[in-house]
Amino acid sequence: MSDTYTLTMDDPIETSLLDTSAQGLIGKGLDRVDGPKKVSGQATYSAEYSFENGCYGFLVRAPFAVGRITKIDTQAAKALPGVIDVVTDFDRFIRNSAQGAVKSAPVQGVRDVAYFGEPVAIVVAEGYEQARDAASLVRIEHEAGSGNFDFAEAIADADIPPDGAAPATHDQGDLDKAMGDADATVDEVWTTPSQNSAAMEPHASVALWNDDGLTLYGSYQMPSFDRPSLADALGLETEQVRIITPYIGGGFGSKLGIAPESVAAAIASKQIGRPVKTVMTRQQVFDATVRRSNTRQRVRLAAGKDGKLTGIGHETHCSNLPDEVFFEPAGIATHFLYGGEHRRITHAIARLNRVLSGSMRAPGEAAGMLALECAMDELAERLGIDPVELRKINDCKRDPEKDIPYSSRSFTECLDEGAKRFGWDKRNRTPGKMREGEWLIGHGMSGSARGNQLQPSEARVVLRPDGSAIVETDMTDIGTGTYTILSQIAGELLGLPIDRVDVRLGDNRFPPGSGSGGSFGAGSSGSSVYLACEDIRRKLATAMDCEPSDLTLKDGEAIAANRRVSLSDIMSGEIEATGRIEPGDQGDEVRQAGHGAHFCAVRVNAVTGEVRIDRWTAVFAAGRILNEKTATSQCLGGVVFGIGAALTEELVHDPRNGKVVNRDLAEYHVPVHADVPHVDIRFLPERDTHANPLHAKGIGELGIAGAGAAVANAIANATGARVRDYPLTLDKLLDSLPPV
Amino acid sequence: MKTFDYSRADSPEAAVQGGAVGNTRFIAGGTNLLDLMKLQIETPERIVDISRLDLNEVEEGEDGGLRIGAMVPNADLAANPLVTARYPVLSRALLAGASGQLRNKASTGGNFLQRTRCYYFYDTAVPCNKREPGSGCPAKDGFNRIHAILGTSDDCIASHPSDMAVAMRALDAVLVTLKPDGDRRRISIHDLYRLPGDTPQIETVLEAGELITHVELPPPPVGKQSYRKVRDRASYAFALVSVAAIVAVDDGRITNASLAFGGIGPMPWREDAVEKALIGQVPGDAAFNAAADILLADAKGFGSNDFKIPLARRTLIAVLRELTGDAA
Repeated sequence: MSDTYTLTMDDPIETSLLDTSAQGLIGKGLDRVDGPKKVSGQATYSAEYSFENGCYGFLVRAPFAVGRITKIDTQAAKALPGVIDVVTDFDRFIRNSAQGAVKSAPVQGVRDVAYFGEPVAIVVAEGYEQARDAASLVRIEHEAGSGNFDFAEAIADADIPPDGAAPATHDQGDLDKAMGDADATVDEVWTTPSQNSAAMEPHASVALWNDDGLTLYGSYQMPSFDRPSLADALGLETEQVRIITPYIGGGFGSKLGIAPESVAAAIASKQIGRPVKTVMTRQQVFDATVRRSNTRQRVRLAAGKDGKLTGIGHETHCSNLPDEVFFEPAGIATHFLYGGEHRRITHAIARLNRVLSGSMRAPGEAAGMLALECAMDELAERLGIDPVELRKINDCKRDPEKDIPYSSRSFTECLDEGAKRFGWDKRNRTPGKMREGEWLIGHGMSGSARGNQLQPSEARVVLRPDGSAIVETDMTDIGTGTYTILSQIAGELLGLPIDRVDVRLGDNRFPPGSGSGGSFGAGSSGSSVYLACEDIRRKLATAMDCEPSDLTLKDGEAIAANRRVSLSDIMSGEIEATGRIEPGDQGDEVRQAGHGAHFCAVRVNAVTGEVRIDRWTAVFAAGRILNEKTATSQCLGGVVFGIGAALTEELVHDPRNGKVVNRDLAEYHVPVHADVPHVDIRFLPERDTHANPLHAKGIGELGIAGAGAAVANAIANATGARVRDYPLTLDKLLDSLPPV
Repeated sequence: MKTFDYSRADSPEAAVQGGAVGNTRFIAGGTNLLDLMKLQIETPERIVDISRLDLNEVEEGEDGGLRIGAMVPNADLAANPLVTARYPVLSRALLAGASGQLRNKASTGGNFLQRTRCYYFYDTAVPCNKREPGSGCPAKDGFNRIHAILGTSDDCIASHPSDMAVAMRALDAVLVTLKPDGDRRRISIHDLYRLPGDTPQIETVLEAGELITHVELPPPPVGKQSYRKVRDRASYAFALVSVAAIVAVDDGRITNASLAFGGIGPMPWREDAVEKALIGQVPGDAAFNAAADILLADAKGFGSNDFKIPLARRTLIAVLRELTGDAA
């Protein structure tokens, strides 16, 4: 064991070792190191782990929305061949998934059902289909309760939550007066629907017990939080639980916290004394994991003739189950993106008996900027100012609410570069008037911003005399490229080719990492690897009898003061170091965020209202880009999410019982390849000394922020009409199309 | 999924013998049936696999028509040179359906028998008259964006999801079947489907164990052909409205019209009166609107599918304009 080398980000780090190191791995668009394993089927996902004597669990859902279970009749289910047991535990089964970054259990107890499809029991059988069949035979009797299913009605009784990722309420100056005094105003309401992450891999857990406790192979994004959360749910000590999750087939927030299948599989496995594998079906993922909340957002903008904002209001409602404190922070970017002296940003939760709402890719920005960035477009139109220009006019030097500087901000530069690359000067300037045959042509843009965060994260690095290294942390790679960027950072700082670095992730036996979420994974876990490597470099410098700053490491050799030696010559054995990053004062003293701009060209069919996107340009600045290829993929994925939000994605709840109506990928429409044009993504050079020693900011969610609004603005430009109810499906556009 | 017995038929005769027994389903591509079995919407006790029957030919008939084996995959049929040359409406309809992977597996015969995509039909936790006769229809007062506006009943408002069958209906296809008693019969596509009425669980006139072996197309009709599908995304989505159309114009007047519609009815929809109203007319908005008026005279929306009424009108008019070209 070695001492942990800890850095708390209380002060900016002016010089990053990544700027002086010699291996040349950072920033390059290197292929994913785990790519070959994934495409050849050798990357093992949770559902693929099998153990001797293992069996299958299948969750049983409540076939009603609200009520108290009076009886569960398992006789018919148990009589089926292959069925081992039907396991119920009304006290310990979790009602819903845990939220992200929570170390305690979510709401437990399923006797009182809170939403349609809540998992209330688990059937265990020798075969998966036997378990599924038996689940359909479990009869659940209940006394019906009364629930809330109408969002509009529930808004009347909405409650103000405690502050979350964003303050629930911010009041500054007098917005009403600013609206009255303004030369131009916007005061409109936008609505966005519930959404589901629809990650390719469904939630899955394989639970097995031994003398030390529970091992759970589960698809979870934040193992260092999920471990204590699962332990709490089961009444265990944290150390009695080990989560293993080396590969995750997409998460997007839906796997931040433990989901119902994990606790059910663990309880069933304990009860029957065999490993239990429980994989949720696609329908169960829709019914009973987590959704992005639907929202209602009133945006008010007040501006002078010069376009300068004097007031900005963003009053938002979302929905969630009773007892849940998570709220969709739709105003999160509004706090810092634009100036304006008079401000009012609010959040309230309408209590509905629908499946849990929680974090889905860019919680806050993704939904909130669908409203804010369209409002800015409408304001530009009313003022007769170019939408790009209006945003530049309202760019800020200091955070308009906290009066603190930005850690780095290249918003105007992104707008200018994007406009140039896209050819914004050739856009359609008269809404509804550019037409090619049956198609109306429109151009739209939006700003993009996503707050940057740092989380505590720890990693152990072992350098071997043979010039190879091992990196271990329970950080995860949810498809984002963690394996690759951690290999790059360690290889860069230790002077090793990338294939000499072995990164091991997703196991609680390793030091606790930040987990993947909130775009903080790369910055946080990358910094912990950086610090461990920095510590190793110091030890090597001692061996070389030089200052660490005079040491160069490259291709397995150490170079200092005209001396060049192989690592094996100066290492008597392995060198191990543990690095740990902690957030500090830099989180409060500066405003940290990535910024960008989206531009797109769309066609709207004048007959049918079908929308096609022809091209897309997006420019971002997010500090140092660690790997241009994986960063581009992240932003591209974000744009695809934005296209879905704008055009197709809506998780529909039945108005009578809150039930998810469209429970499969045939009817929950994520964009397909044919919906996505070529997307031109560029990064501007930027370094953020306040963020972390890497000088990098988060990039996993920046791409979605504002993307959908660019589509909506382009549609308005094409048709000449504003639709403010997402998604903008063709039925909503028909009325604004010319007669046939 | 319920456990089931599986057997593979080596001849159509053997298949129908097996198919006639109790709760049996034929399986060809399985692209719909397997999904439904996993969800226990379909719970057959026996499966007769017909996928290896020797019904894979597309042959030219003596009359200039086509005879298509029921096992021809959708992808192959769409790419068949005779189909692309003479029945482009069929090729385009096939390619507008599903995804490449599904079209490789889905069979010609099976495509006719796809079940509806009604959300409530797909969820065994809620009532559905089609799935459980007499249990009720939550779609009528629920979310019904993809549902029918024509031919519905109090008991069922589900729409038929096929693209291929819409083109087949415009082309007057005839299904050749084999029955368990050895009889063959020819069923016009116009007689194949049943309106839901109070028995929405019975969707076709096919009898227990009756196997579609071939589909026959008459010689290509006179006129230009088009298939236009309106949907929620650019690919891999079911039709909100689709139109299969064949229209001929001679000497400034419409001389032939064959129009079938998807997404708006419980079956691929076709109405003679719409076509009659067009024949003999000078192509133009007056005639096109009159045809749309007839098509939609009895159309009824249920809330979230109300938009299909104007959408069907607009799409029909656009297709007629496209096919009558300069004459309009």
